[in-house]
Amino acid sequence: MRWPLQSNIALPGRPSPLAAAPALLVAAMLLPVAAGLAATLAPAFGWFPALGGGVVSLRPFADFFALPEVPGAIAATLRTGLAATALSLVIAVALAVVARHGAVRRAADAIVAPLLATPHAALAIGLGFLLAPSGWIVRALSPGLTGWHVPPDIATVQDPLGAALVLGLCVKEVPYLLLMTLAALAQADAPASRVVAASLGYGPWRAWALVVLPRVWPQLRLPVAAVLSFSLSVVDVALILGPGNPPTLAVLVLRLFNDPDLGRWFPACAGAVVLAGIVLAALGLLFALERLLARLGRVLARSGARGGDGRGADGLAGAIGAVLAALGAGALAVLVVWSFAGVWRFSDALPARWSGATWQAQAPALSGPAQATLFIGLAATLLALLLVVPCLENERRTGRTPRRALALLYVPLLVPQIAFLSGMQQALLRLHLDGGAVALVWAHLVFVLPYVFLSLADPWRALDERLLRSAACLGASPWRVRLRVTLPLLARPLLAAAAVGFAVSVGLYLPTLFAGAGRVASLTTEAVTLASGADRRIVAATALLQAAFPLVFYALAVGLPSWRARHRRGLALQ
Amino acid sequence: MTLLLEDVTLRAGDRVLVADLTLRVAPGEVLTVMGPSGAGKSSLLAWACGTLPPGLTGSGRVAVNGEDLTALPPHRRRLGILFQDDLLFPHMSVGGNLAFGLDGAVRGRAARRAAVAAALAEAELPGLQARDPATLSGGQRARVALMRVLLSRPHALLLDEPFGRLDTALRGRMRRFVFDAARARGLPVLLVTHDAEDLAASGGKVVELGRENCPA
Repeated sequence: MRWPLQSNIALPGRPSPLAAAPALLVAAMLLPVAAGLAATLAPAFGWFPALGGGVVSLRPFADFFALPEVPGAIAATLRTGLAATALSLVIAVALAVVARHGAVRRAADAIVAPLLATPHAALAIGLGFLLAPSGWIVRALSPGLTGWHVPPDIATVQDPLGAALVLGLCVKEVPYLLLMTLAALAQADAPASRVVAASLGYGPWRAWALVVLPRVWPQLRLPVAAVLSFSLSVVDVALILGPGNPPTLAVLVLRLFNDPDLGRWFPACAGAVVLAGIVLAALGLLFALERLLARLGRVLARSGARGGDGRGADGLAGAIGAVLAALGAGALAVLVVWSFAGVWRFSDALPARWSGATWQAQAPALSGPAQATLFIGLAATLLALLLVVPCLENERRTGRTPRRALALLYVPLLVPQIAFLSGMQQALLRLHLDGGAVALVWAHLVFVLPYVFLSLADPWRALDERLLRSAACLGASPWRVRLRVTLPLLARPLLAAAAVGFAVSVGLYLPTLFAGAGRVASLTTEAVTLASGADRRIVAATALLQAAFPLVFYALAVGLPSWRARHRRGLALQ
Repeated sequence: MTLLLEDVTLRAGDRVLVADLTLRVAPGEVLTVMGPSGAGKSSLLAWACGTLPPGLTGSGRVAVNGEDLTALPPHRRRLGILFQDDLLFPHMSVGGNLAFGLDGAVRGRAARRAAVAAALAEAELPGLQARDPATLSGGQRARVALMRVLLSRPHALLLDEPFGRLDTALRGRMRRFVFDAARARGLPVLLVTHDAEDLAASGGKVVELGRENCPA
């Protein structure tokens, strides 16, 4: 039996300082979102006295919809966002089904973490270098298989349909949803259900659809909603891989925000509100679809149809997973190759000469952004841990898990970033905080907090309370128990959560852009800016460095606790 | 030392688990509380330790040698508790676990080391300070857990079905070992169990809990 330790009981009249932790965390996370949303909504309806907007009207919306690119941008957003979410979900769930085979599970475990740690922008840049008409894949096949001596004139990235953008999103979102599915599986005691269904004669895929998926879905729906919102409103990947003219709505809105004509701020805010409306409608669609599929599942379950043994589906899912994994690995590899390329002419499979010149030449230019990235990431992660850990300790103290309040963690992940970051910048400007370290770290904290909390909560709750009770009854004070028992036992999940938080921070593009007021360059903003036309070697070096930070952190987070626990077998079991 | 639990009432919401229970355990005596699972046996010990889980409420008084402990936080009560699992800290060595338990009043590196070594010798595990607890056998771990509690110099010993996980042969030895150690130190022992053999071995009084409260 798991009993929360009540170290402060029987001392009425002495409220624990931990009691304030949840409110502090929620405020740190949601105040910027709320203030930012308000400061976006007001100009969208014409209210922005500083820019001469003192009358509430629908004029900004009229101006926005009068732009010729808008219909195409909305279409591109819906097409790519919905396709990327649907494909990512279907592929992730299919891979979870196939992961019942040990080899697939081991492969998935090995590849999911590095792909998750790699920032969206770096991966997108690498994918561009793979897939472009002059990319690595065409180079490797030419001229032998293709007969091409010059890059073919086909749009394989930034294509008008947005296929490259969808692919780029899938390479990042499939690992995320797969991880969430596998984690939910472990909790839902799903293997037992599957065995029962199998013994009743159900094939593996049918069993999954009818008895496993309904049990893991409750834990999957918010992550899926976050992927949906992200795919509809992503900016950095869309800038790198998405269609150019018209671009997606989020990119169009960013262009309006960046327009030197300040009058464009009004239609920009209106566009951000329209995007938020689209995301809201899409979430509604998701939850309607969820009900429909659940009903369909119940009908199917009553029909008694058993389904086949699913070998074909296994093969197809495995192949798709392998292709995505290869694309992800290839994207990182091509960054390495380009950053060390001396001369790499078209149709050569590899550079004719290798050189470290790019790194030497770029080192001075990269060191500033690298330091900014490191500082913001470490500060936001540390702050997140300092907010999350007291929250979880408070849960232990009270013995209550506020499930409903936990849904608040998803708010920053569900509201499109561009819908509140521009407003947040305005709020920061008024407080004279824009472009400063406080603004940057806080903006990052908003997105780092949810991930740190979500990755730390389960291991924290799973700690055997009796260990803590034993320590207390041996005479250890509550703080001694926390320092000597709780923290060391949770070192592994703590470091893992820190690595997740740091990776999230390193990947953030829009928050850095807006909170930095365009004056602060991180590796991410540099990589995205350079991607639109700089020398591939320089782009590759920047993107590779961006990816290297979280990857190295991840390796340390996995490696350090194992090294520390090398003489403690009991820790490996946890 | 005499352990006194006075007028203890434990409730889970509206349900009364334990009503107005008073127990007095003399030094070196073993008092056994028996009852079906869910009767509140473990909760009684948790209440005495000050670690009653949220959701349960308790009232009453717990005292050792006339000193009222009820208002003290768990770590100041000096009530040592042993559970069914040994609950050795997996991130510490055997010696580290014992040193963690050892009373802070024992000062100086040499003295603390000697106390740990002596405890290991008493547990017939001499020289195992540096071992990883996960590499010990179940019986060895149980003995280390007992020594860890004794090193904290408790004023009473609370046992929450501590022999349940050991196999039959080991159980008898461990039982004797625990009771002898407690008797030698003059500690009152409050034992909670549903194993009739524990009762027979304790040779003390028995209190039955929860017949009327607990649906079978």
